[in-house]
Amino acid sequence: MSEDRGTYQPLTYFQLMEVSLRELLVEKGILSDAEVNAAVEDMRARGPERGAKVVARAWTDPAFKARLLADGTRACEEMGLDVPALRLVVVENTPEVHNAIVCTLCSCYPRMLLGLPPDWYKSREYRSRMVREPRAVLAEFGLVLPDSVRIRVHDSTADMRYMVLPMRPAGTEGWSEERLASIVTRDCMIGVAVPRLP
Amino acid sequence: MASATIASATVRAQDAPAPRFAVGDRVRVRATYPLGHIRTPFYVRGRSGVIERLCGVFGNPEELAQMRSGEPRQPLYRVRFLQRDLWPDYAGSPDDVVEVEIYQHWLEPV
Repeated sequence: MSEDRGTYQPLTYFQLMEVSLRELLVEKGILSDAEVNAAVEDMRARGPERGAKVVARAWTDPAFKARLLADGTRACEEMGLDVPALRLVVVENTPEVHNAIVCTLCSCYPRMLLGLPPDWYKSREYRSRMVREPRAVLAEFGLVLPDSVRIRVHDSTADMRYMVLPMRPAGTEGWSEERLASIVTRDCMIGVAVPRLP
Repeated sequence: MASATIASATVRAQDAPAPRFAVGDRVRVRATYPLGHIRTPFYVRGRSGVIERLCGVFGNPEELAQMRSGEPRQPLYRVRFLQRDLWPDYAGSPDDVVEVEIYQHWLEPV
């Protein structure tokens, strides 16, 4: 709210409900203000670097990659990444198949690995067009794929969350995991981009 | 919230229905339009696809959204649809697909 200099708007219905519920929880001693702040800070601190680390590990360790594709949640736990209440499905890009993720019903997103979703991910336009004309949407992101590459769009409608495992680009032979992770962007793991060498 | 907690603690969990479908089975999504918190998108209703995997068994979100127990829980599948089966004028490759999570009570065999 502090950024809203000079553009004060009354609270919306849901904002008011959030404030009321939070104040009640604090007043009744169920939560403290400090705990609420800590949870918000924790959420803000999570970013796509977590997912990038997982991708870099999968690129360098074939056994880990196999475990990641078989059970994403367990493989992340193995790396010390806690993914509570999240059934993670990792989908692998290959020369034949390109994967991309959307949630047409709301904005389900693998927050534990990628942090908060970008605004466009939650937009009505992305959510409706990604399942209807994915090639046109990807082209607008600068990713033009030939028809020989099959596109698999994953609509996260229920209890699963998805992350794309992009292809490791040529020219990265011998790179460390840290260096590999540096070219894995959020958009690569949503599937609207592919990793590029700097 | 408290009443929901009490309800789920005291009502004995019913057995979830056994999975009816196997990977590769052809299924059709029921073309019904109930009100409420429905996790089956409109664009796949009445359409046919193939079971890609069984994700597990989960509380029914239509029940959970009403502050009920979510029982009986439902097997959840990922169903793969060909884009050209969803949109007759689809412009991309004929092999392009969309995969959607759908609960068993929304699926019927083809």
